[in-house]
Amino acid sequence: MSNDTAPWPHKDLLDTDQLSLADVKRIFDTAVSFQEINERPVKKVPTLRGKSVILFFAEASTRTKTSFDVAGKRLSADTFSLASSGSSLSKGESLKDTALTLQAMAPDAIVLRHRYSGSSRFLAERLECSVINAGDGWHAHPTQALLDAFTLTQEWGSVAGKAVCILGDIAHSRVARSNVDLLTRLGATVRLCAPKTLLPMGVSTWPVEIHHNVTEAVRDANAVMCLRLQLERMQAGLLPDLREYARTFGLSPRHLERAAPNVRVLHPGPMNRGVEIDSTLADSMNSLVLDQVASGVAVRMALLFLYLTRKEAAQ
Amino acid sequence: MSPDLVIRGGRLACGTAAVKADCLTDCLVKDGRILDVVPHDPDRTYECESVEATGLVLLPSLIDAHAHLREPGQEYKEDIASGLAAAAAGGFGHVMCMANTRPVNDDASITRDMLDIARRSHPHGPRLHPIGALSKGLRAEELAPMADMAQAGCIAFSNDGLPVASAEFFRRAVEYAATFERIVIDHCEEPTMAPAAGMNEGVVSATLGLKGQPWVAEAAQVARDVLLAEYLNLPIHIAHVSCKASVELIAFAKGRGAPVTAETCPHYLLLTEEACLGYSTRAKVNPPLRTQEDVEAMRLAVEGGVIDIIATDHAPHAEHEKEVEFDLAPCGISGLDTALSLVMSLTPGQILSEARVVEAMCHAPGRIFGIPVNRFAPGDPADVVLYDPHHRWVASRETMRSKSLNTPWLGRTIMGRVTAHFMAGRRIV
Repeated sequence: MSNDTAPWPHKDLLDTDQLSLADVKRIFDTAVSFQEINERPVKKVPTLRGKSVILFFAEASTRTKTSFDVAGKRLSADTFSLASSGSSLSKGESLKDTALTLQAMAPDAIVLRHRYSGSSRFLAERLECSVINAGDGWHAHPTQALLDAFTLTQEWGSVAGKAVCILGDIAHSRVARSNVDLLTRLGATVRLCAPKTLLPMGVSTWPVEIHHNVTEAVRDANAVMCLRLQLERMQAGLLPDLREYARTFGLSPRHLERAAPNVRVLHPGPMNRGVEIDSTLADSMNSLVLDQVASGVAVRMALLFLYLTRKEAAQ
Repeated sequence: MSPDLVIRGGRLACGTAAVKADCLTDCLVKDGRILDVVPHDPDRTYECESVEATGLVLLPSLIDAHAHLREPGQEYKEDIASGLAAAAAGGFGHVMCMANTRPVNDDASITRDMLDIARRSHPHGPRLHPIGALSKGLRAEELAPMADMAQAGCIAFSNDGLPVASAEFFRRAVEYAATFERIVIDHCEEPTMAPAAGMNEGVVSATLGLKGQPWVAEAAQVARDVLLAEYLNLPIHIAHVSCKASVELIAFAKGRGAPVTAETCPHYLLLTEEACLGYSTRAKVNPPLRTQEDVEAMRLAVEGGVIDIIATDHAPHAEHEKEVEFDLAPCGISGLDTALSLVMSLTPGQILSEARVVEAMCHAPGRIFGIPVNRFAPGDPADVVLYDPHHRWVASRETMRSKSLNTPWLGRTIMGRVTAHFMAGRRIV
């Protein structure tokens, strides 16, 4: 456990920019202490017994939802799943009314995945329980960024001074936005690489390098993070076809020849093998994809612990 | 001839042939018209009803050239009675209301109904001036029956809310409307370039992860319209201009003699896209709030006359409709109650003179749309607003007359307020 026993200062986790570097360090330290639980024969401790967490995933998710579910259960919290299709949202109920209904059931936290940017903030402003953003629209995915940075920190000891290239659909990626904030504040240099149609208009003001050529972007990079390409981008006229994207912006072994030795490859998943990432790279020794998944459980255990015990710590 | 009402000691916001701006005056009214405006003399007595206006500014009743009153069809947001009440309180004596009601005002019978409701609910003013739809159902497929509607009382025609994509259709609509001496008002938004957004595309939308609407979507259609106005030599009025590029295009067209006029709104003079930070749906408006550079361009354009009119684009929505995720919220700001105070807040810094405010909110819309206004000359309608520039008030349910409170200024202290409003010499506020 972290030695820091001061009350956790945040009610909600909406994006990484709320967190100070000391907060991030505390999350990482706590996650390290929980990693050991995940290696035990009996992977359960009573730390959050009696606490309840609603996993409100109004948008499809496999790994984030399961990761939070596993994290909560390993700390003995009761987790309840709610999907948009099975909820009153599908009957036209507003997010506000759904949230107030859930609040009346007195959960300690709601983990929200939602297709609209700002939805977590919307909920957090109206609910007394903690709201943890598990991805809102194109805006933020703070727990993914934390687990990515945690994974790289475990690998390198620190991300400071490292060059991380994020490759793919930046414009529509909540993962990219949160990672840019967190990795740059932790001292990494972040490069973004995408066609202009997949970069947001305001990207020139971000603290990043912009590239349109993968070979240039990954040169001497210490890590390359590929983002999932969504097929609707082609229907929206942002790309011509998968083949051209794969040939022009997909990460292949030849690109990595120019990267730093021992370059690490990440992907938040789900992967389109052969599109944004060559299949051999996804399974290679350079790949940290499964490490990200494992780290995700530890980081989310840390987050649930910190947010769900903040009141007790304050007393 | 002796007056039946005198408004004593008010400071005139705009000059007249006989009295300079900023003079303290006694405004004499007889039978609903201005009898005379004379220099104020505290020792002079009148044997008629007298209203004390010391410390107050005298303005003519204002014209709002762009409002949405939601009736028929969405009276839970606003209705003609509540909208006109908000107008009266905000200093507007004439309200031009857009056609995107449910049903759409694309038929003379609907126009007549709206006017009947207005006359019944506010027999002494403010006056309603319906703007008819350009096309049936706002679908831009068939022209609306403009001759009938003009005769029934439509003052202009517009598909505001649903921009007309087809240049050919729009051209024919402008020509047809002109046949009946009516102007077309265009909501400029090149629809294939403008995703349903509600905020400007740029730095803030990138940070918030929201879809943005680029300024070029507005400017591209402004370019079409101003060239068309020049080509046809027929007037076109550009609604709610929000960006610098549109201003430059309008200035270019006016320089070539094109019969183009344009309006902007208080929020484009006072707010930037940063008002959307925190996903504030109260700042979600179409066209979206732009950048500081655009705000400065809009202020200069109003000051210099490139933008002729300041209108409210009063777009009321119910609270539950705005209390949703940003992407789902409807666009619009409720503006009738607050517009004059907000615009007058720009006068102390000399961005706009009070006379320019009067021109942009009364004389210019009166001239463009043919509404008689008060210039404080003998014989003018005695439509007078008394405005207290030192009155502090907080925009709230209690202080606003509109049914809707969807304004970014809700809960904020606003300086300056209408304290009395006369139409045809009769006090309506």
